[in-house]
Amino acid sequence: VSAFSQSEETIISPRISRDCAVALLAAVAVAAGFWAAAPAETQTARPARVAGKPNLNGIWQALNTANYDILSHSAKAALAFRPGPVVPVPATAVVAFGAVGAVPAGVGIVEGDEIPYLPEAKKKQLENQANWLDRDPEIKCYLPGVPRANYMPFPFQILHSDKAVFFAYEYAGAVRNVYLKDPGPAPVDSWMGQSVGTWEGDTFVVTVTGFNDQSWFDRAGNHHSDQLKVVERYTPQGPDHLWYEATIEDPQTFSKPWKIRMPLYRHINPNARLNQFKCVEFVEELMYGKFRKTP
Amino acid sequence: MRKLIALTFVALAATSVVAQSLDSARDKQKPASLRTPDGKPDLQGIWSNATITPLERPQNVTNLVLSQEEATRMERATLERRERLNQPSDPDRPAPPKGGDGSTGAAGNVGGYNNFWLDPGERVAVVDGQRRSSLIIDPPNGRIPALTDAARARQGARLKMMAGRGQYDHPEFRPLAERCLLSFGPTTPLVPNYFYNNNIQIVQTPDHVMILMEMVHDARIVRLNATTHLPKHIRPWMGDSIGRWEGDTLVVDTTNFPPQQNFRGASENLHVVERFRRVDANTINYRFTVDDPTTFTAPFSGEIPFRAMDELIYEYACHEGNYALSNVLSGARNEEKRLGTKQEKQ
Repeated sequence: VSAFSQSEETIISPRISRDCAVALLAAVAVAAGFWAAAPAETQTARPARVAGKPNLNGIWQALNTANYDILSHSAKAALAFRPGPVVPVPATAVVAFGAVGAVPAGVGIVEGDEIPYLPEAKKKQLENQANWLDRDPEIKCYLPGVPRANYMPFPFQILHSDKAVFFAYEYAGAVRNVYLKDPGPAPVDSWMGQSVGTWEGDTFVVTVTGFNDQSWFDRAGNHHSDQLKVVERYTPQGPDHLWYEATIEDPQTFSKPWKIRMPLYRHINPNARLNQFKCVEFVEELMYGKFRKTP
Repeated sequence: MRKLIALTFVALAATSVVAQSLDSARDKQKPASLRTPDGKPDLQGIWSNATITPLERPQNVTNLVLSQEEATRMERATLERRERLNQPSDPDRPAPPKGGDGSTGAAGNVGGYNNFWLDPGERVAVVDGQRRSSLIIDPPNGRIPALTDAARARQGARLKMMAGRGQYDHPEFRPLAERCLLSFGPTTPLVPNYFYNNNIQIVQTPDHVMILMEMVHDARIVRLNATTHLPKHIRPWMGDSIGRWEGDTLVVDTTNFPPQQNFRGASENLHVVERFRRVDANTINYRFTVDDPTTFTAPFSGEIPFRAMDELIYEYACHEGNYALSNVLSGARNEEKRLGTKQEKQ
């Protein structure tokens, strides 16, 4: 059992995204061995359905590098560069991170691998990317918005009952209460938007509106306006996988709707739990350090 | 609750709203089903623990239970006060005097929040039909027991640490709520803050109970499928909560608090036991016991009614609009610079 818990620990480490391929292989291997060798250690019996609908309860996580860039991308040395004497080199502010600050490659999550930006909006994305250190809301531990919250390199827990579907995210302690009855247009814009959920057969469809224009899609500066509308589809593929698709609409930013898609994996570790990443405290030095009486 | 309220507690920039009532949310719960499909009492919904009954009983009150007349008098006085404070301000009033007008509380000293922004509750707490003079029921005097010598020594050490230092020297010297780390009211136990946003959502599954505090979008996830607490060195904000059903009562046991979250001076040894009991369509009876032998000379317990709300909880984004923390710190630095320059000139 102890051997299992160790390898499990590697698998569910929240910052696994860059090792996802390895982790996935290991997950398959461990899960196979797990069921064969230690059934007594499995999570408590998990009913297949809740109030007649597929059971969404669990701790879920995307295993990809979309938080770096939702489009396909090669690995590169850093997220911020300066021109450099020969070729661009990591910016002074990030150079100390070495390989830890490098960006892992990814196949992308956007259907067709292209975001249909309007010309001005494309310009803004490039500016955002060039000014990533100053502009990415993730750096300041701001709420991640939707869909970014779902593919941050952190797990999230869905609490699904006969009366409620509630998303609790490890990153920044973000939350979404998915209304199962439409309360009408959101009275105020917010970072996480207003979520309204309905079931289409076994697919949970969540329409998210009422966003502000502050959140991003990734660390590559992909952005939106407050006209953003996200329609998410969560479709179970067996007890431990959800197929996630989201249609992104924002006529102020994009010339037409576009789609992202990815699997979400359930943490099957018997000890799985949502940990706390209340990063507000972690960015105090970044945000307020310059106002200290003494350094 | 009607006119509630875009609320920003450190700055007018945080974006939480308990907005106007929404017709769809007004539909009353069907009282038929106070149990979940698996037969447990159903604690789900949006609740408020706001009340005018204070945590501790005033020194001049002896009985826990108020008469109907006493309770009515308290509630009427609250409404009259609110009415008075809601009168329009005189647009021709002068600026507050230099150094402040000496007032305290929410509108502190130079003016801040007026009454419109506040929602401290308007009703006396009623538990099992009794109108209560304090939330604390044990010890019988309704007051938090005296601090231990060890706790007083910790307070002394804190004062000593601050000697010669200013409260605006560093962000760590500011209260947790000003730093947008937690609500300024207690989070565990769920004692009202007597100010605003005393709103709580509960979602319940067979394995977990999620308790969301509107302020600061803090979801405390109680594990019903665990029997032991986290390792001692892991100390999440709000502590580590594990729960179990004792008959029709949900019992939640919380330890592993971080030492900075010093509820009433409590240490990292704080141990809170909460009991949630659904008593009718509109009410949860909430009972809490606080124990920390390194802080309090005895444990104490209280009871609070949670009342069902027919309004929704909106996002309380605090940190994202926290201009106040940089402003108070940079203001203090500027003030030092100004005083320094003045001294040089003299």
